[in-house]
Amino acid sequence: MLRIHDLRVSVAGKEILQGINLEINPGETHAIMGPNGSGKSTLASVLAGRADYEVLGGEVSFMGKDLLDLAPEDRAREGLFLAFQYPVEIPGVSNANFLKAAVNEVRKYRGQEPLDAMEFLALMKDKAKLVEMDPSMLSRSLNEGFSGGEKKRNEIFQMAMLEPVLAILDETDSGLDIDALRIVAEGVNKLQNEHRSVVLITHYQRLLNYIVPDHVHVLYKGRIVKSGGKELALELEEKGYDWIKNEVAQAAV
Amino acid sequence: MNTTEEYTVDEKNGEIDILDEVTSREYQYGFVTDIEQEFAPKGLNEDIVRFISAKKEEPEFMLNWRLKAYRHWLTMKEPHWQNVQYAPIDFQDLHYYAAPKKKITLNNLDEVDPELRATFEKLGISLDEQKRLTGVAVDAVLDSVSVATTFKSKLAEKGIIFCSMSEAVKNHPELVEKYIGSVVPYTDNFYAALNSAVFSDGSFVYIPKGVRCPMELSTYFRINASNTGQFERTLIIADEDSYVSYLEGCTAPMRDEHQLHAAVVEIVAHTNAEVKYSTVQNWYPGDKDGRGGIYNFVTKRGICSGNNSKISWTQVETGSAITWKYPSVILKGDNSIGEFYSVAVTNNAQQADTGTKMIHIGKNTRSRIVSKGISAGKSQNSYRGLVRIGKRADNARNFSQCDSLLMGDKCGAHTFPYLEASNKTATVEHEATTSKIGEDILFYCNQRGISTEEAVALIVNGYCKEVMNQLPMEFAVEAQKLLAVSLEGSVG
Repeated sequence: MLRIHDLRVSVAGKEILQGINLEINPGETHAIMGPNGSGKSTLASVLAGRADYEVLGGEVSFMGKDLLDLAPEDRAREGLFLAFQYPVEIPGVSNANFLKAAVNEVRKYRGQEPLDAMEFLALMKDKAKLVEMDPSMLSRSLNEGFSGGEKKRNEIFQMAMLEPVLAILDETDSGLDIDALRIVAEGVNKLQNEHRSVVLITHYQRLLNYIVPDHVHVLYKGRIVKSGGKELALELEEKGYDWIKNEVAQAAV
Repeated sequence: MNTTEEYTVDEKNGEIDILDEVTSREYQYGFVTDIEQEFAPKGLNEDIVRFISAKKEEPEFMLNWRLKAYRHWLTMKEPHWQNVQYAPIDFQDLHYYAAPKKKITLNNLDEVDPELRATFEKLGISLDEQKRLTGVAVDAVLDSVSVATTFKSKLAEKGIIFCSMSEAVKNHPELVEKYIGSVVPYTDNFYAALNSAVFSDGSFVYIPKGVRCPMELSTYFRINASNTGQFERTLIIADEDSYVSYLEGCTAPMRDEHQLHAAVVEIVAHTNAEVKYSTVQNWYPGDKDGRGGIYNFVTKRGICSGNNSKISWTQVETGSAITWKYPSVILKGDNSIGEFYSVAVTNNAQQADTGTKMIHIGKNTRSRIVSKGISAGKSQNSYRGLVRIGKRADNARNFSQCDSLLMGDKCGAHTFPYLEASNKTATVEHEATTSKIGEDILFYCNQRGISTEEAVALIVNGYCKEVMNQLPMEFAVEAQKLLAVSLEGSVG
């Protein structure tokens, strides 16, 4: 469903992604790991369409369409979802109102009737259970005054509401205590099916104990330098990133 | 104690392209009605004042009052303390009176000039009583003259007077003489003095003792003529135990030159009376480079003269090139309540310096201020508010909430709260926040499938809802749409 070919991207004149190749099929879970500054979050942002990134070259096709040609909202409506590393707060706009606007926009794009208030409420209650979210949080302003864990949980709740075909989780595990991590991971697992793919962007193997990936990729200096199965994550956990860095350095010699 | 807080976002180099593409949808009320009009010659002197008074067949007390105001105005200087900038106004280069030439029979709506009727239909204001299902009585004012007042006879059954100021001067001179200038004296300020000398029309409301006005009263102001100052004067008197909700709306044609609008509104609330005054101000704001637009220099003040009375101002300000107005409440009666709810939007080159004054004189008086400023484009938006607690005002309480929302990096939001407390038992609270609709928030919304325009509307409506909730239902919807239109194209 997603095919990235030789994607090169710069931010403020600096080339961050230097030729990414990646293919994700329906139902697969991929983990993208790597040290700080390797370009993981840049990849997530570029796929979602953030404005400050300049695509220097390469192609990305998503559900048969040229992803880079689509406006950010259309990428979302096509079924691409990004769980943000730092979700924003919007005072005065309730979680429920925000999601109602989002869900109905996506439905409109897909040629479906908008949900009325009752249907929407029922859907929301149903999905809130998935991430063990307190219903009171639905009427609160979006993310305002939420703890780090609550914000991340809210991201997964939004994912449940929007039912994407591809979900990119950008360091969703960071800042979570072990209980919150378990709840968030279980939420993601419940949302997995044969049509939905997940990309986990993370530093740590910890999250992968809960959400088991089919493929693990190591991103370093803007390139995927190593790919493997779930055991690669364990190897990284054990040996650290220096092992990869050394390998790359040796290959360059 | 005086405090001044200021938040400014300065122009930044390396601006992101999309924020530069600040475009504004064309003002949809910018048409001109082609009707024959009668003007007073340009300029201002005692003869013009006499001319206006004679045209309106006013009793002598009114002319004398106008002349006193005019002579006082001559001694005054134009104020410049506001946080706005504009070229000097040539007060001799304006017409002070313009009126549709055709004779209007005010008692029969069927005889309203079809052109005029069409003008108001175009604005969504039906002068046809049968067509108005919402139960709102309307006084329509074009340039200086009240064109028609609907539902007059129905209101008269309850003893309510709702008519144009001109009619009130003729038909209810004792009420006018007693109350005009009692809240805003002609000595009050430069523009109030000017208004007192040359005011042409406006609305007059009197609610008798014990009467709850059964419908919303509304005045719709429309500037049509060019080079004409518009000086309306509105007077609302709520006698003991009465209630009225009043709404004003306003639009103007698009013109390249600036037009002056200097209105005065006075409200008197007697014992146990309540007056709710709502404004949806949509004067032509000028184009995106700041050409044209209305100078909206207005004095609005109410007095809670009786115990347990209440005056509430709600304003949604989206138009005008420059707005400065401070709808105020003098809390004279014990236990009286003053409220001010405001949304002020500035976009492109607009400037607004607006806020309120709450003057606590009586015991246990309470005031509440909720101000929501929204700045977009390269506009400047200032909140200026005074809370004064007098010596006698035991246990007076004020709560102020002043929020600013910035869209983009080229606009400014400023807050100037002034507090003067002379009574130790008083409680005064002030809260202020500044937030910004930045790229982050918009991208987040986009990523959830919400387009930028919709995201702005969603955020702005959420931000303003506390104020919008104060508006009568049918106008809240209109105001919400107006907000969306005013900010269209302001980001992205």
